[in-house]
Amino acid sequence: MGIILDVIGGLLLIGGASFLVVCGLGLIRMPDLFTRIQAGTKATTLGTLLTLVGATCLRPEWGIELLLIGLFTFFTNPLSSHVLARAAHRSGVRKLSTMKVDRLAEDTGGES
Amino acid sequence: MGNFLIYVAAALVGLAFIFAFTRFIKGPSAADRVVAFDVLTIISITGIVLGALAGERSIYLDVALVYALLSFLGVIVVARYIEGGF
Amino acid sequence: MIINKVRAPIALFAVLFTLWLLLSGTLAIDVLAIGLLVSFAIAFLLRDSSVLYAEPHPTPIAFLAVVLYFFYFLKELVKSNIMVAGIVLTPSMPINPGIVKVRTRLKSRSGRLLLANSITLTPGTLTVELRDEWLYIHWITVESTDIDVVTARIVAGFERYLEVIYG
Repeated sequence: MGIILDVIGGLLLIGGASFLVVCGLGLIRMPDLFTRIQAGTKATTLGTLLTLVGATCLRPEWGIELLLIGLFTFFTNPLSSHVLARAAHRSGVRKLSTMKVDRLAEDTGGES
Repeated sequence: MGNFLIYVAAALVGLAFIFAFTRFIKGPSAADRVVAFDVLTIISITGIVLGALAGERSIYLDVALVYALLSFLGVIVVARYIEGGF
Repeated sequence: MIINKVRAPIALFAVLFTLWLLLSGTLAIDVLAIGLLVSFAIAFLLRDSSVLYAEPHPTPIAFLAVVLYFFYFLKELVKSNIMVAGIVLTPSMPINPGIVKVRTRLKSRSGRLLLANSITLTPGTLTVELRDEWLYIHWITVESTDIDVVTARIVAGFERYLEVIYG
């Protein structure tokens, strides 16, 4: 039983780490800031959560602390990416972007 | 067996770190760097958890927790600065 | 609103004390006493600005909705991650980004916050701006720009549960 749990935990760790690699690759490959934020927030959240679940499988006695770290990333990750996206949009990074439609710029009248 | 898998995962996390760091160096705008920084901190948190597993020290988890807290605040503050909202 | 004045600090106190229990990880009497004291002090000092914590309805149905919402959310999170990973790994990068506008029926502030958070974590969408009932969403593969179609596509799934929780 212990060995099975060890292997499952290790595989979850590797799965989570692979999502982080994909996220890093996305950060490099994506063409503009907003798509980079997308790659940055999505893949990292699942990557971190998977790693934490894997760590819990390996060390069940650390469960509570790992759960706290998980909860924290879960709530703060989308928040920080949202604040970044808003800041970037307001400070005019959108002019460099490759977007087809931009309702927000239409509604603010292009000034900001 | 379990330890070997931890090292493989750590190598992957290192690779992800290098990718994100490339974006951090390249920019081009300040906002891009902050996004890269945000991702770097998340990757580091995973790295710290892996370190705790490999070294069998639960005290590192507290480090990860505090690091997550502080980096979140840091990103928010820099974002507000870029926005000019102070 | 009178009920909220009483309930909000109590809810804040409960959240703080639970966090303290999880962080300290012991049930020693002195640690518990300090936690109780500090949580009570914070809840008392912030009694006027803690209204957010009383917005969810404390009914059994709302609790069930929280559980269902959590599982729906996990499903969407996994789907979104695989989708973004697929886009990144495809050599041609099939993206068509843009910012679309949607409307939410939720009235409470924390309900809208949770909705914006959930949208950010689900398939290819990222909340950029919140203005009253309007949400501006960056969408990595824009399929439509019509407000009603996009609202049904992105918001409706979460709103179904959040409406029960926040009313």
